[in-house]
Amino acid sequence: MSLKLVNISKVFKDPDQPNKQIVAVEGVNLEINEGEMVSFLGPSGCGKTTTLRIVSGFETPTTGEVWLSGKMINDLPPNKRDTAMVFQSYAIFPHLSVGQNIAFGLELKGYDKKTIRKEVDSIMEIMNLREYYNRRPDQLSGGQQQRVALARSIINRPSVLLFDEPLSNLDAKLREQMRFEIRRIQQKFKITSIYVTHDQAEAMIVSDRIVVMNEGHIMQVGTPFEIYSKPVNQFVADFVGRVNSIEGLIVGLNNGDGYEVTFGGKVKKIPSEINTLGMNDSVKAIVRPESLRIKNFQEGDESLFHGRIEKMVYLGPTVEYDIEIPGRDPIYAVTHNPIEEGFFNVGDEVSIDFSPKAAHLLKKE
Amino acid sequence: MAESWVKRSKRQLRMLVKDPLLFSVITVILLSLIIFIIYPLIKVILTSVYSKNHFSLSVYKEIVTSWYLRRAFLNSIMMGTLTAVFGALVGFIFAFTLTRTDIPFKKFFHIIAIIPIISPPFIGALSIIMLFGNNGMISSSLLHLANTKIYGFRGLLFAQIVTFFPVAYITLKGVLESISPTLEDAALDLGGSRFKVFRRVTFPLALPGIASAMLVLFVETLADFGNPLILAGSQFPILSVQAYLEITGMYNLPKGAGLAFVLLIPSLTVFLIEKYWVSKKKYVTITGKPTSSTLKLVSPLVKWVLLALCIIFTLTILLIYVTILWGALVSVWGSTNTLTLRHFAYVFSVGFKAVQDTIIIAGISTPIAGILGMVIAFLVVRKKFPLKGFMEVSSMLSFAVPGTVVGIGYILAFNSYPLLLTGTLLILLLNFIFRYVPVGIQAGVAILQQVDPSIEEAAIDLGADAKSTFRKVTLPLMVPAFFSGLIYSFVRAMTAISAVIFLVSSNWNLMTVQIMSQVESGRLGAAAAFSVILVIIILLAILMIRSILNLRYGKFGGTTLKF
Repeated sequence: MSLKLVNISKVFKDPDQPNKQIVAVEGVNLEINEGEMVSFLGPSGCGKTTTLRIVSGFETPTTGEVWLSGKMINDLPPNKRDTAMVFQSYAIFPHLSVGQNIAFGLELKGYDKKTIRKEVDSIMEIMNLREYYNRRPDQLSGGQQQRVALARSIINRPSVLLFDEPLSNLDAKLREQMRFEIRRIQQKFKITSIYVTHDQAEAMIVSDRIVVMNEGHIMQVGTPFEIYSKPVNQFVADFVGRVNSIEGLIVGLNNGDGYEVTFGGKVKKIPSEINTLGMNDSVKAIVRPESLRIKNFQEGDESLFHGRIEKMVYLGPTVEYDIEIPGRDPIYAVTHNPIEEGFFNVGDEVSIDFSPKAAHLLKKE
Repeated sequence: MAESWVKRSKRQLRMLVKDPLLFSVITVILLSLIIFIIYPLIKVILTSVYSKNHFSLSVYKEIVTSWYLRRAFLNSIMMGTLTAVFGALVGFIFAFTLTRTDIPFKKFFHIIAIIPIISPPFIGALSIIMLFGNNGMISSSLLHLANTKIYGFRGLLFAQIVTFFPVAYITLKGVLESISPTLEDAALDLGGSRFKVFRRVTFPLALPGIASAMLVLFVETLADFGNPLILAGSQFPILSVQAYLEITGMYNLPKGAGLAFVLLIPSLTVFLIEKYWVSKKKYVTITGKPTSSTLKLVSPLVKWVLLALCIIFTLTILLIYVTILWGALVSVWGSTNTLTLRHFAYVFSVGFKAVQDTIIIAGISTPIAGILGMVIAFLVVRKKFPLKGFMEVSSMLSFAVPGTVVGIGYILAFNSYPLLLTGTLLILLLNFIFRYVPVGIQAGVAILQQVDPSIEEAAIDLGADAKSTFRKVTLPLMVPAFFSGLIYSFVRAMTAISAVIFLVSSNWNLMTVQIMSQVESGRLGAAAAFSVILVIIILLAILMIRSILNLRYGKFGGTTLKF
């Protein structure tokens, strides 16, 4: 049940200015394998929900094709598509009981009552909803409503399961629980899934691959590790967590073992998969805050930079620092295990360095 | 813009033709709205400017130059304005006391304040005559006054305030309940005195609601027909009554139509002001979290004053209803005080056909109006089609058009082939259906706007087509709105007078019209007995609808039913 999006674009007309057009999605190409769970990650208005609604059939693409299991389904209306959506607002039918909600799809398919009841019971068992069969939806908590919505979709055994920011109405604690719950259910039924979210942690937990989107375009597709450690541009780097972009200059070309980059005189050999950078190109080394090594400054230190702690935030498991460096952007760093390792205070002079392996080179735009 | 409108309409039309059911429903509704709402109004205007088959403004010249009719116009405007001011004041006092103080028996006061809504609108006038008229219990029996001046301005104003303040009360209660008391608490906390908080916070927030209540009262009073016909008298002419007399008394159709048109102008103006200006100024302070009122805004002294005022209003209303009940039970009002059931016997023998007809007509027309209202609400909120704006405005128009105008329009429009309907059951049914359809539309639109569109999308996503989505999801969700609209339009149909008085015939008569004619021929006892039975029928119907609803839908959505 693989899903393929070919060159999908969606242009809306501005209802107030008929001549103005809003490009919601442009040139989206993507292939999702059977049983795979893919997240669409991006800020609001990036086109992720529009793309999801194109897959479900609630929006028709302006150009492009949607293929499901080898069939082009552009002209198939949403009620005939083998996709099931879990809505942001849950969209549980308020006039039906929990059991009736979950049975809705099977009833439409005309199954007999006994089969429906059996199916509903088994799915409710899996979703830990057993005792709520006769409850009315407004007697359920947000998390339970979410489970009902999920059960209602899954019971139809859809080819593709679509999640539209399903956890954004839950409180933080429940949200963390439900991420794992959703992943567990998806893995159990091995349903091909798309998960729309703007929360990078959520995307990393639930998905096999992440699609980062911005302004209607796909920026990068990759595993959570690839997205985090090898972002293809500054936007992706910034969107999936805090980052330092350390400016440098190419002084030696990549011969398979990396570029030589100078950072204000000190040279590092940084491994890179790209070959397109030239001598004297300005680059940025993308370094995550937890990859930086910080220690007390001592005379004769060979570290890359030398700075002063401007701000210190103690968070328990980690400590965060803003470090002022003369003539450069300030550096943001994180250290772990402060109880054992100790930590720095505001005003401390420190030296900062990173291993070439932890850096990822981007051309400066 | 014009071209793009045409283009858009064409595109929508192309989509619409693909769904023949939807297309035909929309076409039929649009045609009905044109024939039964717009056409009669046009007919009123045309009749008023055509005398002897050619165009002439002589009717309007006559109205403008006639001292008496000018007087009638000014009286109507003055009566409307004063009723709006005092009705809104009484309504506000009631609403404020019930939402912002902890007086006892709130439920009782609430019921008293809405009782006049479920009564025929001229019940106030009837009881005023019984109390203060020439044979009045208070004026003649207690005070031995030979000639009372209750007919005319004072008596009518009193009757109008009693009749229409409940409308203001219901509006303002909603408004005051939606103003979060935490705002008042915050203002008190910032050091404002109680009066200052009321003047600077509560009152300004409620002001758009007050304005809208006043405009509604103005329109309703202007359109009202029952109270002025009984109470105004010839010394104090009122426009709606004059239009009626021109048509039924003088058979002067152009002049009656001209007066109706003159009546329509201020009503429409005020309706448009309300819809496009005042309603946009309303504040919404709903926080989403339920906040219980802390009731600190009112000092004990003020509370007692408010309570005293509420008791006075309550006693007045009770007096009116006790008078009606008493009048239905005594032999001859004002002279023979022996108890008798002969007035009820009269109603059940001579007058029983009117009772039957009323129940049949209200019973048939209100469900149809209700369903039509739900369908129009659904189309307007959820569908796209050409002329949607026209459907929205024209279907809501009867809120603004005085009943007198509608009645005159109907007899002018439907008195010849192929739409020869005068004197039939059908003309009464059509009149009621299109007059009370806005009630259902409002209720339906309100509930649909609360229903998240993704609920319907979820049904589609699970495999339901358009028809089963409407049947299995949308319609059940609209049921509570349907029934509360049903109750309201049933009450309105049972108590209506101003339009139907032109449309009744010997074949089909209505209780309200019967009551009027009993009053006019001086048979107050029979009029009172009719009124009592009318109120009882309404109460029984409300109880019945509510218990059906609780039985079937009590589990779900029963709480959304408000009346």
